Amino acid sequence: MAEACFRAIFAGPQVTVQDGGRRGMMRFGVPASGAMDRKALAIANVALGNPATAPCIEVSRGGLTLDCLSGRVTVAVAGGGFILDIDGTRGGSWAVFTMAEGRQLTIRPGPWGSWTYLAFAGQIDAPAWLGSRSTHAQSGLGGRRIVTGQDIRIGNTATRDDRAGNIPCPVWARPGQQLHAVPGPQDRFFAPQTMQVLATSVYHLTDACDRMGVRLKGPDLTPLAALGIPSQAIVRGSVQVAGDGVPTVLMSDHQTTGGYPKIATVLADDIDRFAQLRPHDAIRFRMVSADDAVRIARQRLLAFGRYLETLAKRHA
Amino acid sequence: MTGPTPEHPTFRPVADHALLVEFGDIIADEIHAAVLRLDRALTDTPVRGVLEAVPAYASLLVEFDPVLTDHAQLSDALTLLLATATDAPGTQALREVDLCYEGDCAPDMDQVARQTGLSADAVIAAHLAGDYRVCMYGFAPGCAYLAGVLAELRLDRKVAPVRGVAAGAVLIAGPQCLVSTVTMPTGWWRIGASPTPILLPDPARPFLFDVGDRVRFRRIGLDALNAARVDHG
Repeated sequence: MAEACFRAIFAGPQVTVQDGGRRGMMRFGVPASGAMDRKALAIANVALGNPATAPCIEVSRGGLTLDCLSGRVTVAVAGGGFILDIDGTRGGSWAVFTMAEGRQLTIRPGPWGSWTYLAFAGQIDAPAWLGSRSTHAQSGLGGRRIVTGQDIRIGNTATRDDRAGNIPCPVWARPGQQLHAVPGPQDRFFAPQTMQVLATSVYHLTDACDRMGVRLKGPDLTPLAALGIPSQAIVRGSVQVAGDGVPTVLMSDHQTTGGYPKIATVLADDIDRFAQLRPHDAIRFRMVSADDAVRIARQRLLAFGRYLETLAKRHA
Repeated sequence: MTGPTPEHPTFRPVADHALLVEFGDIIADEIHAAVLRLDRALTDTPVRGVLEAVPAYASLLVEFDPVLTDHAQLSDALTLLLATATDAPGTQALREVDLCYEGDCAPDMDQVARQTGLSADAVIAAHLAGDYRVCMYGFAPGCAYLAGVLAELRLDRKVAPVRGVAAGAVLIAGPQCLVSTVTMPTGWWRIGASPTPILLPDPARPFLFDVGDRVRFRRIGLDALNAARVDHG
């Protein structure tokens, strides 16, 4: 079986193997993890003909340089406006091309975005845990963190030059400044004026951001009282407010339960766009009803499904 | 305004993909029993669109696929399920966890003894005598919150958390006890160390406990602790 081997000549922080996520294990304290931008991961995979949730290398703004030590394999990069440098030839992310022995690929941050996905026409050799190759950074279980000097083996490789070229970057894959959110589930712990502040103010991302969550900066959202609520389950997109009135949006590696009140919860689809923002970027919350949230989710899933279908057929 | 009860839970929408079913707003046995009842009923009778359920002290989070169902439909389905769910505790497993209270395993033993007014031996006896149930997981993979610490051992958390507490630490705070599974900061009191693996290498049963299980601690000495640690790698 054909194989390729890469060496990470340089890897920035927070570069890990991720897939569509580890579902069904929250009850054991295990979050889904998986890609910060789930749609971008699916796009990189489908552009190569892979299953949409297959493992990829998630590259942070820290960047990544890989030398191809042996073999030959077609790869795709999607998500964010990153810069690719292939043996000195510069281009943008959202591309499909073939890497072969002796070639070097550098992925570095470009004009926008925080995460990009490197998919391979083959299988990344990384340990699975509970049915997923996503890296759970906190415990070090599953997948792997990519560090400088590390070798990465790709099994069952294929060359898909028929798919080479650019991947169309849809508008909805760009960072989103407007986050649709449903109030609650603990909105009752906040004064009506505080809910109004959340719905009408501008918030900024801070440098306190990682795969677990993003702390925001903006008008105070202090709860009515330091009410102790029994710890309960949290989801990706929960906007939790600690006693100091500062909101944090929880991301892929969030803890599964917590006792801070959640003032609102951002729609799953908008979290992909939120993930692509950078520290100091501005956002607004657009509060919607639960019914509208489901309506929006259905419309967007339909549109995304159509996009993936077209992408899968391209060059095929 | 009346709050949720075990008989009349409140259904709260969570974004476009989950429903939080609240049975109360305090930690209490009858509330947790209602959480487990719905959790079991969902396992026994799958509801269309449900992806995952996450039990906690007083609530069950139900994640769903918004293409297949929505908050209102799911609330109706769960209400129906609750009306027919029985309280049968099923086969409530008893799990044994080995625990060493000696020396460096229990850096907070003196403090706990002082604050409770008990001798170290009485602290150990009281801890072993607790009736522990797994209420929920949280914080980290395999980190199970056990309720059932006896009244005489219930202490408030430390004022400031201690960083870098190793996996396998047995910690208590208030009515709760947990065995850590990763290195973590904690403000809970460290009264022992356990070599019993909670993350298991068996894909069919990846964790020692299910929520709802009973747990019994078994005292071991330092030699047995070290031998077990060698065995489990």
